Amino acid sequence: MKNLLKYTFAALTIGLVSCEPEFDSPVTDGGFYSSGSANLSKFVAVGNSLTAGYADGALYITGQNNSYPNIMAQQFEFVGGGDFTQPLMNDNIGGLLLGGNQIAENRLVLAVGADGNPSPVRLDGTPTTDITNKLSGPFNNMGVPGAKSFHLVTPGYGNVAGVPVGTANPYFARFASSENVKVIEDAAAQSPTFFSLWIGNNDILSYATSGGSGVDQTGNIDPSTYGSNDITDPNVFASVYNAQVEALTAGGAKGVLVNIPEVTSIPYFTTVPTNAIPLDAATAAAVNANFAGYNTQILPGLAGMGIISAEEAAMRMINFSAGQNFPITTDKDLTDITAILQGPPFNLPAPTAALLGQLRQVNSDDLVVLTASSVLGSTPDPNNPQGVVGVSIPLADQFVLAKSEQDRITAATNSYNATIQGLASAKGLAFVDAKTALARLSDGGIPYDGGVLTSQFVTGGAFSLDGVHPTARGYAYTANMMIQAINDTYDATIPTVQIGYYPTITLANN
Amino acid sequence: MKKVLVLAVFALATAVTYAGGYRVSLQGNKSLAMGHTGVAVINSSESVFFNPSALVYLENKLSISAGAHGVLANISYQNETTGASDQTKSLLGTPFYFYASYQATDWLAFGLGVYTPYGSSVEYDKDWVGSHLVNNIDLQAIYVQPTVSFKINEKLSVGGGPIYVNGSVNFNRNLNRTLTDLDGNRSNVTIDASGVTAWGWVASTTFNFTDNLRIGATYRSEMILEAEGGDATFENIPNSPLTPFEDTKIDAAMPLPAELMVGMSYKFAENWLFAFDYNRTYWNVYESLDIDFANPAIPDSYNPRNYKNSSAYRFGLQYEATKMFTLRAGYYFDETPVQPGYFAPETPRGDSNNFTAGLTVNIGENLQIDASFLFSHFKEIDASYDHYLENGVAVPFAGAYKTNAFVPGLGVTYKL
Repeated sequence: MKNLLKYTFAALTIGLVSCEPEFDSPVTDGGFYSSGSANLSKFVAVGNSLTAGYADGALYITGQNNSYPNIMAQQFEFVGGGDFTQPLMNDNIGGLLLGGNQIAENRLVLAVGADGNPSPVRLDGTPTTDITNKLSGPFNNMGVPGAKSFHLVTPGYGNVAGVPVGTANPYFARFASSENVKVIEDAAAQSPTFFSLWIGNNDILSYATSGGSGVDQTGNIDPSTYGSNDITDPNVFASVYNAQVEALTAGGAKGVLVNIPEVTSIPYFTTVPTNAIPLDAATAAAVNANFAGYNTQILPGLAGMGIISAEEAAMRMINFSAGQNFPITTDKDLTDITAILQGPPFNLPAPTAALLGQLRQVNSDDLVVLTASSVLGSTPDPNNPQGVVGVSIPLADQFVLAKSEQDRITAATNSYNATIQGLASAKGLAFVDAKTALARLSDGGIPYDGGVLTSQFVTGGAFSLDGVHPTARGYAYTANMMIQAINDTYDATIPTVQIGYYPTITLANN
Repeated sequence: MKKVLVLAVFALATAVTYAGGYRVSLQGNKSLAMGHTGVAVINSSESVFFNPSALVYLENKLSISAGAHGVLANISYQNETTGASDQTKSLLGTPFYFYASYQATDWLAFGLGVYTPYGSSVEYDKDWVGSHLVNNIDLQAIYVQPTVSFKINEKLSVGGGPIYVNGSVNFNRNLNRTLTDLDGNRSNVTIDASGVTAWGWVASTTFNFTDNLRIGATYRSEMILEAEGGDATFENIPNSPLTPFEDTKIDAAMPLPAELMVGMSYKFAENWLFAFDYNRTYWNVYESLDIDFANPAIPDSYNPRNYKNSSAYRFGLQYEATKMFTLRAGYYFDETPVQPGYFAPETPRGDSNNFTAGLTVNIGENLQIDASFLFSHFKEIDASYDHYLENGVAVPFAGAYKTNAFVPGLGVTYKL
């Protein structure tokens, strides 16, 4: 009987011990996945708004939680990754305060209007993130929204006193370790064993989103003279980028470099059609009559006088017809004929001369930016129903990215990308071709477990409501590309995430 | 002593499990200890459940059995592609039973049973990777069954009676894989219905070939728990006309499938009894779990299940070791009713091997203590649920599951 009790007890014990069902090879076991030759124990991500997790025109907590570096860090935990800290905002409203005054707008949400149509609107509410409240770092996520390549090596970029005058960045001011420290110094000081670097987007993007209103600074190697919407000189980019990679690899860290996508991949430039003006035949004829003198006398006359080329004259012809039409716009790359038109033989009044000064119609080679949608077809003067933007009032230059402007962006982008890819292969670093990956989003899309991820505005899933920054799902897709590049380069087997689990746009009515 | 040792080894080598789906085969400590056999075993009022017609052959005028089981069931999930994993919280479920039989005359016996043959209690970590299918579920059904048993002759008897069932369900899941409120809290819904009742019946027969060999059969009818006017409570819903989820009433139906049990028992030596039962559970009635929201703005929820009928094969051994102790052991194989592609994490049960053991201690002439334990072992399986739709696109939920259950039980039997 004693034996029986013994055996019963043994059986009970076996039963209790095996109560927790263990897999033969649990994914939570250290050895299931491998980091290959990479050491992911200290991961530092360096970059701009994309790295910070910026979305919907703002930085906010849930967006930061879904930043691609944070998603990567969660997957790195399977292969020895350490803690990953981020300079989290104070709320999910977005927006920034400086000494109580709002200096950055709240996030965009998709709200259903009175007409029943959903559209992006700014979320109501007062932000609670005041940049004078210093966070104590260091932070693994060194993404600084708005930073261009050379900003990462600019002293004082985190000095809050420089924010109002534009010499410092409000986001970096929150967590810079000192007033004069450079972003790259705070990153390198953490002695990362692994890093990601994605910088350079803003070196062309602000020029693009401003409709090319800045200057292409190619040839000017002094970034302190640049305006905020200028294109950075490729040699400046190469120089500062090289310095950043040197700083981050100084301690032997491995890492991943990411190139710069084409602006034509993002919905900010592809959502509003170039021919967004619907007209009936009668209106088109009436509008054409107004421009008859410009088309038949002024342009041929100026071409004949050699003031403009025959090519420019042809490009400047205005022609509306029944159906969808290209809006008129001012293009500062055209010859400014305002003064000439006021003199003989034209003798036009000043307002008319100013209207025609750099006038042309948008064409299919242009890109019309997202923010033009609220301007096109509007009548800014309620007392003048004839004053319609795009028909009788030119669409401002800032809303149109002309072919000539796109070409400057493409040239700079290609040069930056050559630098990035060249350094990646020279240093044996992982390389992510974000340019090709984002192009795929607008060319058929990326299938995933629940649909197809595309760059279609609002519905495509990849881009947030600002039309420039990804959604959480877009960032998850980015994180997967990073992980795949790391796996390929360092013989690692880090698991990717299912992007269908990451949200897209936020619905909310104020 | 040698035989006791053999028995103990048998107990170790064999095992007992849970039935597939949300059937919980824990309807008596004596029976469970023998692999939950009992259709042709006559030794207590547990026959109220296993075979009412056998009551008339009980030796005692009055026999009462009552007890409970503590169910510690655990489910582990993992997905090797993403590294996602989760383990359910160890909830202690306590299925119970109460049986009484009364021998009115030599040919007539009455019985009453209260038992819990269906139920499920599963709780994953909130917002786990499968939370769009289930966060937690608690399903209970209490059967109340009065029976009558007639002896036709010394070889043949019949029995049966009506069954009243009272059930409840509480179920929570996230609305989909991504919807949150402004602060990132996942939108979810809780379905709650209780006091749901239904009626069914049981009929059975026993045939004694000899004193040592008998067979029996029992059929328990299907019942459908129709939860009408249950509550749906929505949480963390974004403030938008595009997400018109607000608390409302629901209608839903959950089947408690019919079950056919046939069995034999053979007393192959003095003090030794062998029993075999075959169970067939008619799970094909469970085609879909559909939730009809009263608010027409809220789309109804269709969740295909497409279960198939399933079988269980049960083997039990009983040894009356001494006047004081009766030892039991058993094994059963329980086939899952879940078909490939329909493996939903709310009842993630594959085929299982189940090992049981137990003993009865006689305390005096009238009282017995019955103890049992069951260990259910489910093979590690790769499975998926392929019928979750997102914007009309099927999004399979796949991964590896490993499940087990450890079920100690204790009961008393009173005989007069």
